[in-house]
Amino acid sequence: MTDLNALSYTAEHEWISIDGPIGEEGTVATVGITDFAAEKLGDVVFVELPGVDSGVSAGQVVGEIESTKSVGELYAPLTGDVVAANQAVVDDPSLVNSDPYGEGWLVKIRVDTSAPAELLDRAAYVALTGGDE
Amino acid sequence: MTDPAIPTARHTPLRAVHESLGASFTDFGGWMMPVRYTSDLAEHHAVRTAAGLFDISHMAEFLVEGSGADAFLDYALAGRLSTMPVWKAKYSLLLAPTGGVIDDVIVYRLGADRFLVIANAGNRHAVAAALEERVEEFRTLPEEPPTVGSDGSFAFIPGAPRRVEVTDASDAYSLIAVQGPVARAVLDATAAIGELGRPLDELTYYAAVDASFDGEPLLIARTGYTGEDGYELLIRNERALDLWEALTAAGAPLGLVPAGLAARDTLRLEAGMPLYGHELSLDIVPAQAGLGRVVAADKEHFVGKAGLTSVIAAGAPVLVGLVSDGKRAGRAGYAVYRADPSTGTDERVGEITSGALSPTLGHPIAMALVSPSAATEGTDLTIDVRGTRIPATVTALPFYRRKK
Repeated sequence: MTDLNALSYTAEHEWISIDGPIGEEGTVATVGITDFAAEKLGDVVFVELPGVDSGVSAGQVVGEIESTKSVGELYAPLTGDVVAANQAVVDDPSLVNSDPYGEGWLVKIRVDTSAPAELLDRAAYVALTGGDE
Repeated sequence: MTDPAIPTARHTPLRAVHESLGASFTDFGGWMMPVRYTSDLAEHHAVRTAAGLFDISHMAEFLVEGSGADAFLDYALAGRLSTMPVWKAKYSLLLAPTGGVIDDVIVYRLGADRFLVIANAGNRHAVAAALEERVEEFRTLPEEPPTVGSDGSFAFIPGAPRRVEVTDASDAYSLIAVQGPVARAVLDATAAIGELGRPLDELTYYAAVDASFDGEPLLIARTGYTGEDGYELLIRNERALDLWEALTAAGAPLGLVPAGLAARDTLRLEAGMPLYGHELSLDIVPAQAGLGRVVAADKEHFVGKAGLTSVIAAGAPVLVGLVSDGKRAGRAGYAVYRADPSTGTDERVGEITSGALSPTLGHPIAMALVSPSAATEGTDLTIDVRGTRIPATVTALPFYRRKK
């Protein structure tokens, strides 16, 4: 099981797992949407992800997550270069619902060391969603 | 994303059972309704292959009673209800004087002088106000010459007192739908349902029968909003939970699952059924939505008659079906275009009213209001899906038709 307390979050209901300090060269962030977002969307039926090697800036819309009922936009939570996009999710969008913190990950971004990052910790994110874990 | 829950939204008598089943709720027409229990796709497929159990208690019920009830409904609604036999049901429209649609309703004839009108939750007050106003107007109408009913009887006898009373019974009743190919088997297996006015074998589509559930009066109607065979069951609020639980217990072994509004919406869209606020509104006259057949235009007096012809003549948009390849669906509000390579133009011809990736068909489907010149079957159009043009072809409705 993913340790949800070890992840960072955004107000756009994304989770970020960072493999090193954000200010350090080569640090890669894995990004997905939270179980809260997945549940709000309903069954995800279409995912569009940014191309590998594309540059993204924090706050920019870089993809889409569609359910039968609605459309969610994927925002880049950090500035950097996309180093991987999860083809398994493109092929089987239901992974976003069944395993949002695991196999349902969306993109990996090599983080630009010069850009600031404004991320939430678990407590702040849970408070944002009105939850009381 | 934000949670649009409105604190004043009401819950149905089945709230506790929905919560215990883990439902997510959404505000629909002022009611907090289950949007899904587990997976909306699984619920959708269950209705197509087995059966789904829906709480539709948010819907509004009006009783129209009195010796003038039939003639009143002919005046108040677009269709001809007076010739409808007892225990039959009919889809109809409540029109504004302009010809626009205030609501779409199903009318059940419960007796010679007694009708049940089921309206949309969000339109309850508009329908109540219109019916109330029309009762007053109806009382002052000149009496029409006698008309002969389809069975040869006089549908309206001049000189008879035209008494009519409309009661809003919405707060007293719950409505539970069982929809899907095994819906009939679910009712058969529910032992507490009995005392049927006639056997279910004789209950045709768009007909109803009186029955009882464990001693409580029950109305069973063979109607629905999914494109599948199925039933809608009307019972007093006090017994709704018992009925839900009895249906669940009897139906679960047959594949019956609770289903939410998300599945209900994709099911009705596949079946090409209009949803008020999307395909129907005050700005739409019936013929635009392909519902011209619902209007008995030859009736002498009915509300909306005066407004019906002019709007269509003006070349108003008409409702069409659109199908696309791929997985990316056009949604309500997205613009529809037609490119003309010969002139190099790309003309906006309309707007999508409802759209989704069809769970049954596997490709995107949509209903759209488009200019009549772009409404011919086979016309190639494009949908602006958030900046990307997705090709779409005009197709006949419905998208999905069950095998009989």
